[in-house]
Amino acid sequence: MKPTRLIIVAVGGQGNLLASRVIGEAALMADVPVRMSEIHGMAQRGGVVESSIVFGDAQSTIISDGEADVLVGFEPSETLRALNKCHPGTVVISNLAPLSPFTVTVGNGIYPELKVIQSLIRSKTAKLIAFNAESMAREAGNILSVNMVLLGALIQTGKIPLTRETVKEAIRTKTKKVFVETNLKAFELGFSTADSMA
Amino acid sequence: MHKLLTRQPGLKMLLLGNEAIARGGLEAGVAVSTTYPGTPSSEISSNFFQISQESKLYFEYSTNEKVALEVAAAAANSGVRSMCIMKHVGMNVAADALLTLAYVGVRGGLVILTADDPFMFSSQNEQDNRFYSKLAGLPMMEPSSAQEAKDMLRDAFDLSEELQLPVIFRTTTRINHSSEIVSLGELRDPKTTGDFVKDPFNYVTVPAVSRNLHAKLLEKLDKAETLSENSKYNMIAGKGSWGIICNGVSYNYVCDGIKELGIQNSTRILRVGFSHPMPRILIRTFLEECEKVLIVEEGEPYMEETVKAFAQEAGLTLSIGGKGDGCLSRLYEYDPAQVRESLGEYFGVDYAPRDGIDLSDVPEIPQRPPSLCAGCSHRATFYAVNKAAEGMDTICPTDIGCYTLGFLPPLSTGDFLICMGSSVGTSCGFSKVSDKKVISFIGDSTFFHTGIPGLVNAVFNSHNFTLVILDNGITAMTGHQPHPGVDMKAMNFEGYGQVSIEDVVKAVGVKHVSVIRPYRVKKSVDTIKEALMYKGVSVVISQEPCMLFAKALKKPRRKPFFVSDKCKGDKDCINDLACPAFYIRKNRVYIDPVLCSGCSVCAQICPEHAILPLKDKA
Repeated sequence: MKPTRLIIVAVGGQGNLLASRVIGEAALMADVPVRMSEIHGMAQRGGVVESSIVFGDAQSTIISDGEADVLVGFEPSETLRALNKCHPGTVVISNLAPLSPFTVTVGNGIYPELKVIQSLIRSKTAKLIAFNAESMAREAGNILSVNMVLLGALIQTGKIPLTRETVKEAIRTKTKKVFVETNLKAFELGFSTADSMA
Repeated sequence: MHKLLTRQPGLKMLLLGNEAIARGGLEAGVAVSTTYPGTPSSEISSNFFQISQESKLYFEYSTNEKVALEVAAAAANSGVRSMCIMKHVGMNVAADALLTLAYVGVRGGLVILTADDPFMFSSQNEQDNRFYSKLAGLPMMEPSSAQEAKDMLRDAFDLSEELQLPVIFRTTTRINHSSEIVSLGELRDPKTTGDFVKDPFNYVTVPAVSRNLHAKLLEKLDKAETLSENSKYNMIAGKGSWGIICNGVSYNYVCDGIKELGIQNSTRILRVGFSHPMPRILIRTFLEECEKVLIVEEGEPYMEETVKAFAQEAGLTLSIGGKGDGCLSRLYEYDPAQVRESLGEYFGVDYAPRDGIDLSDVPEIPQRPPSLCAGCSHRATFYAVNKAAEGMDTICPTDIGCYTLGFLPPLSTGDFLICMGSSVGTSCGFSKVSDKKVISFIGDSTFFHTGIPGLVNAVFNSHNFTLVILDNGITAMTGHQPHPGVDMKAMNFEGYGQVSIEDVVKAVGVKHVSVIRPYRVKKSVDTIKEALMYKGVSVVISQEPCMLFAKALKKPRRKPFFVSDKCKGDKDCINDLACPAFYIRKNRVYIDPVLCSGCSVCAQICPEHAILPLKDKA
């Protein structure tokens, strides 16, 4: 199986490690070769968190600049920051709900306009699917399920070798019981949103 | 039941490298495990800690890596399989024990795991601990993946018992923190008790004994070299005349790289997994069959120097490349594209990289550096110290933990840091040669780890500084591990003692000791002022539980605060505290009620008293 490389970027606390875990467990269920890498520790204190997931015949667990086939950004400015990981054929999925970094609050830097972020990404990559995943998570009943919304959108693109059913099974069996229902709802909302934008 | 105790050999699980390593220990029948927590090794220990609650495994968080190694060394010399886990810099702390333990050896298997951190994702340096195996004269193994780490660890215990030597098991962050599908092996029932057989002329390392022991160590190393020659972990693949020698994660990048370059048929790879002693004959034969060889290893030219020496011994003159060839650097971690490019360049293979994208018109994106959490008690303490020291010319040595982040503006408290415990030792030196007021900071866990000897030194040599001990009741940075000051009973753990920091400080002979609750701002500032005025060694202990940990324990939450219309926009809250719960919209300050932990520090410093607790909506 030809390698497919996926990068997920988020702000510490947005639940990208759980999203990666669900993807990994789904790959295990579907017998898809998978290797992943993530950064723990100091980077988690409100900083940027990045996971890389490589499917198929490759041994590396990390992804070099310009080599991600799919990029999922949990926060719009972080999606833009990770553009160096993309190539012209990359499919990008991004949340549009900003989490303004504290540097902006204290006047060190300006948060780029959402319109600018989207047009930049769109002009440089194959496709951008962008929407407010936070409001959808709220609609699903748990604001912390942004990760599942974006996971739904990711699976809809068909860009990674996992099916909707397998991922839902992974959510059912590998996320906390009390959240399974809202997680599945969030996943479906993300899936259908991406579908309607296709 | 803990998932790593699953008794289903052949079952496939998605495991983090560190989980796979813990499983490997269980499959080897490890009975005693010790550690001081440190990223990227921490999850090995946190899994062992949980597993020890429901199995025969003994696990302890030791006060520091040296003690951890001593505990494990004694257990191993009583015939019990033991494992000692640390991050790379922890090995420096344990080194005193390590180097003579190599002379003494072990009876039961002992594996010492060092987790190196190339690129310094969460470390103060990126030292290459492979050199410890050379320095101590100990066998070393290095896995390339999670699955291999598990299997290799099992074999490392057998190797340790065969050679009667501790084995150094060296990983890097990308082994520890990568996940993959791992196939489980059999669990082995641990032998938890042993017996120490007296043999002082082999165990008590006075010079006459050690002279014999050093000779014995060299004999064991000769045997280790023979084992390394035949080890399955030193493996050759391919038949081409371009040779690549690699280790650890670099092996993966090499495998992917030669495939992408289409040079599988021209290359021959030697992956070194048993890397001390290096397999001399195997390498010599490998070199003889190659036209030219590139050595791909992150970190220092550890293998490169050895391979070049072997080539010299054999009179081989082929080109051997490594550091400085292509983009193979001594700096940071490698990545797949970097290794591929170096291979292409060294072997003269054309490779057209995929089209990149032009990022020149992407505007500067505001940085998002890690910061102290909203409501972190360290922020409150730094604020109070800065207020108390207003107008003073200060030097502020700091230490290793979350609170190191206090060096960032606007708190800007933290001027010097080299290692765990250095805040106290360096305070002695700064205060001796400078007229500035020295105020240093150390966390509770770090104080126990290596802070106490510095404080004893300060009292004995009559130094003059104020030490602030940031006691948040847990080892926070590495993921909330206990330390000797923690009330384990309150966390429902039986069988632990507790050491009071205040008692230790007083017993050491510090004459001016005060305790503050940093969320009480004015009182804290006043108390700190007094401590700063004291001539000699004064200690301020700042006690407030880690807010994140309290949340994890589901402690009752304080009410969040909001900014009322009384706000005149002074922004003292933002400029002096920089709590991430604040945000600005249309030039007005707001507090995010989800992030706010209700510490009330901002409310106490607001000149307009505009920050008020949020009332429950009726």
